[in-house]
Amino acid sequence: MRYLLVEDNRELADAIVNRLALDGHAVDHAASLADAEDCLAAAQYDLILLDVMLPDGDGRDFLTRSRAHLETPVIVLTARSQVSDRVGALDQGADDYITKPFDFSELEARCRAVLRRRGGEARNEIALGNAIFDPLAGTLRHGEQTIDLRNREIRLLEVFARHRGQILSKSQLMDRLFSYDAEVTENAIEVYVGRLRRRIDGMDLRIETVRGLGYRMETGEA
Amino acid sequence: MIGTGSIGRRLTLLLAGVAALLSVLSWWMVTGLAREAAERTQDNVLAASATTIAETLRSEQGEVRLELPYSAFSMLGAIGEDRVFYQVMAGDKLLTGYDDLPALSDTPAPGQIAFDTGEFSGEAVRMASVSRLVLAGTQPIPVKVTVAQTRNGVGTISEDLSRLAALLSVAFFVIAVVLSAIAARTSLRPLNEIAAAVSRRGPSDLRPLHRNAPTELAPLMSSLNRLMERLGQSIRRSEDFIAEAAHRVRTPLATVRAQAEIALRSVEDESEKQRLRQIIRAVDESSRSAGQLLDHATVTYRADDLARVPVDLSELAKQTAGGLEPTASMKDIRLRLFTVYAQVAGDPVLLENALRNVLDNAIKYSPEETDVTLRITTSGTEARIAVSDEGPGLGEGPAQALTERFRRGSNTQGIVGSGLGLTIAEDVLSAHGGRLELKSAEGGTGACVALVLPLS
Repeated sequence: MRYLLVEDNRELADAIVNRLALDGHAVDHAASLADAEDCLAAAQYDLILLDVMLPDGDGRDFLTRSRAHLETPVIVLTARSQVSDRVGALDQGADDYITKPFDFSELEARCRAVLRRRGGEARNEIALGNAIFDPLAGTLRHGEQTIDLRNREIRLLEVFARHRGQILSKSQLMDRLFSYDAEVTENAIEVYVGRLRRRIDGMDLRIETVRGLGYRMETGEA
Repeated sequence: MIGTGSIGRRLTLLLAGVAALLSVLSWWMVTGLAREAAERTQDNVLAASATTIAETLRSEQGEVRLELPYSAFSMLGAIGEDRVFYQVMAGDKLLTGYDDLPALSDTPAPGQIAFDTGEFSGEAVRMASVSRLVLAGTQPIPVKVTVAQTRNGVGTISEDLSRLAALLSVAFFVIAVVLSAIAARTSLRPLNEIAAAVSRRGPSDLRPLHRNAPTELAPLMSSLNRLMERLGQSIRRSEDFIAEAAHRVRTPLATVRAQAEIALRSVEDESEKQRLRQIIRAVDESSRSAGQLLDHATVTYRADDLARVPVDLSELAKQTAGGLEPTASMKDIRLRLFTVYAQVAGDPVLLENALRNVLDNAIKYSPEETDVTLRITTSGTEARIAVSDEGPGLGEGPAQALTERFRRGSNTQGIVGSGLGLTIAEDVLSAHGGRLELKSAEGGTGACVALVLPLS
């Protein structure tokens, strides 16, 4: 997935870019509306994250202006939680909004929801052995069979899929699966891995336990 | 001058006063004219009568003779029940009639008629006198014929006419008062229409008024529009200020939070992780409180002058739940909606805010992989949106107390919250004539919060 982030605060932008890159997304950063116009002219994006207050204008005006010819879904990053502001952003053509400061897990969840809602051409199916995983739809197809996965299972499988063959520690997986303050222990990871193993049972796809280090996903016959 | 008061009443009174004056004046004039007309009629008849008598004068053997024609008196009888007197004088000699009839103040010239008013046998009389020269032998003798009549008939006629005039004047006055009231109301209608147009508007509608107003109201209209323009500007300025301030505060907070979250991933030491979590929690706490305080202020402001448009609760519930779906999915919580069409009258922005607070609470306090159920039911005159979860319930103490400002349940440690969510929801509902009902699920775990609203 290719994202465009329009945000004038450099530190915040860096943090968002880093985090989204972790999920395997390519993120271009524009610090102003003029930059954003240039980026949009040069490349196709799957999703735009748009700050509302930019040095060269209001993000919402940009949205109204470009909505006519812009197909790409937009999530507005707003500083206000005031009711009227939210409604206003949605009225002006944003697909969703998120209030600063935000939880990365929430941003991720909202991006996913918007992409799923607006999806269609933006499919990014991942082939895992003889199964096809669609992280947006949250489905795993294997032959005739289509399995619906729950949100945590989707994210866990996504992390494994993007780091095939690599060992992932329990704490790495926890960071990706749970919000920072979720009251969970590393045992929870074992529960989810166990579940996911049952889901992929029968496919040529395995999650191996690497004693003392974590887990690793392999495809192909063992 | 009547001080302040109704312009309509003042205008009506003024017009009615003028009408009263005109009525009295017209009555007085009609009465005067009627009397004059009656008098002139009597004069004419008296003159005709006197002339008729004078016509019959002739000389016979050097003597002046006359025959009193009946018609001369019958024509006088036409005017009421008046008594008639007459006198015919040939020179200084009384020919016939009443010799004590008072003389006229001026003697008429021959062939002329003179009139006068006098008193005879205790009554006012009107007299007409005709003088004529009659040739008796060789000497022309001046003969004067005087006919007098009491004035009762004239009085009666003019009184009758005066009464009729008074009646007409009163009728005229009554009609004028009614017309004045109608005229006052009609002239004030544009003013009332403007007032109605302004009061029909929603709390945030500050567009200028465009309507066809009479010239006199144009200054008022333009002042009103200028005032609204200024009000709009000042509201926009304060909104801009709030937006700017929020942006300046929240963007660095977002940076702090983002960096802390990234750091949380890279540190290994559990006590350092704990410190980073505290940082994130503090950031969330402050931003959430600030947001809720702002929301609370907005709700209070908008509830003061509540907009009432038709709102379909099922549509509202779908939209609100849709917005919270990603948040719920983070904890693998299913949002289950059971909705029926229910229309209420209210401010959709406020109602959405109230429902979002309630749903947000339910998601926040629910354990992972549970259901949050939203069910809309209607009964009689009420619609009910019940949101139930499988969380820890509402804790100890009276449930309703949780709607107090900054009050949080006894079992909410470790969860970020401002203590304003339910306060906002309750404020919104009571502004709409509804209420918030809170209860813990019986026996087991879970809370049920219901938003109850009157159906429209």
